[in-house]
Amino acid sequence: MDKLVAEGITVEFDGERIIENVSLTLKNGEIVSLLGVSGSGKTTLFNVLSGLCSPVEGRVLLDGEDITRKPGKVSYMLQKDLLLRHYTVIDNVSLPLVIKGMSKKQAREKAAALLPVFGLEGTEKKYPHELSGGMRQRCALLRTYLTGSEAALLDEPFSALDTLTKSAVHGWYLDIMKEIRLSTVFVTHDIDEAILLSDRIYILSGKPGRITDEISVDLPKPRDTLSDGFIEYKKLIKSKIIL
Amino acid sequence: MKRNSVLTKAAPIVSLSVLMLLWLFASEKELIASYMLPSPQEVISAFVSELPVLMNHSLVTVQEAIYGLLIGIATAFVAAVIMDSVSFIKSALYPILVISQTIPTIAIAPLLVLWMGFDMAPKITLVVLTTFFPIAVSLLDGFQSADRDEINLLRSMGASGAQIFRHIKLPSATEQFFSGLKVSASYAVVGAVISEWLGGFEGLGVYMTRVKQAYAFDKMFAVIILISLLSLILMAVVAMLKKLATPYLKK
Repeated sequence: MDKLVAEGITVEFDGERIIENVSLTLKNGEIVSLLGVSGSGKTTLFNVLSGLCSPVEGRVLLDGEDITRKPGKVSYMLQKDLLLRHYTVIDNVSLPLVIKGMSKKQAREKAAALLPVFGLEGTEKKYPHELSGGMRQRCALLRTYLTGSEAALLDEPFSALDTLTKSAVHGWYLDIMKEIRLSTVFVTHDIDEAILLSDRIYILSGKPGRITDEISVDLPKPRDTLSDGFIEYKKLIKSKIIL
Repeated sequence: MKRNSVLTKAAPIVSLSVLMLLWLFASEKELIASYMLPSPQEVISAFVSELPVLMNHSLVTVQEAIYGLLIGIATAFVAAVIMDSVSFIKSALYPILVISQTIPTIAIAPLLVLWMGFDMAPKITLVVLTTFFPIAVSLLDGFQSADRDEINLLRSMGASGAQIFRHIKLPSATEQFFSGLKVSASYAVVGAVISEWLGGFEGLGVYMTRVKQAYAFDKMFAVIILISLLSLILMAVVAMLKKLATPYLKK
């Protein structure tokens, strides 16, 4: 079953084409990554998928329903963690519920129940600046999850983390995805990260950006970055990235 | 570090003490004639003996300052919200606001008295006029400095304009609002006093004109100190409110 489908998306800003005829499919429960160099229009594509930005051509479907130009339908985690510094952890993560019209009290209760799942127990009353980088990322992910859509877009979710924290967060991320079964598209420019986490990889390259390749990663999870299979995939992908 | 912070705390106490000692010295040695510069003791005794009268007058002045400040905040808030949401209104109003700031308060005060009489109305109006600008500008800057990405995040959640205002713009403007309010609070008492100079029956400004006519310098100094104290208290209240409103700023 297809969760989220993009059909022939083309975006122009001031007459300049940013992405051209981009189509992709996200199946139920899948993790798909969008790999591309900086400036290939990954973030622009996400802005279209989330309804923030209008394409000149193409449409976006969620469970078959046209959601082009309709924000609030898919969960979107922007590039920075964007935790609001004036809210505590609990108010940050429950914000999407409040936006959807739930009472503050109810929203807090619902969010509080999920804090332990995301490794954030005991942080309810803390402010974002009191959290470590990994915790902030988990907090942003929980907030994205609580946006409530079954499809999520993550824009370079782990790029701000140092290497050691990153690999810990990767492991944690795969565990949590098994539990919450969130269909996800994430943007990355890190080949290792793409192979480590995703079921399929789309390669976006060129100017304007197009999908130049699609690769299924058939390795059992969790994956080992040093295994032969992993390295084979790495070579394959490197050969396909057009700079 | 510790030594440094002790020094920072002690510095203003030392400088104030030195100033007081200089004053004491100048009046003791009669470097300046005592009818022109009363000694600190004279000022203190004037302050104590006049305290009941000063309190009555302060009550009026403080009321004018606070009403003016509150109305100033309310109107500035409305103006800033409108200017933030409709850009052509901002382009139309902003220059007028800036120009209005170049008109000296002291110049409009007599007009206000002529228009509104000798009661509280012209005084409150003057305080509103002086406090409005810093608050409106700081609020507007605060609203407009709201993070684009944070706004996009909320839009992606399907938030309405009002929700974006409530969760992003208003909190982003809080700190700047309080910087503006601090400035305005210091203007408020002085604004009220100045407008009282020009006509009225009660208030510290009225008291000042009376003691001036009597050449009672000791009382004059006493009332000046009181005005500073009142401004300081008002500023301290603002600082306290800021702390309450921004719990996330403390370490």
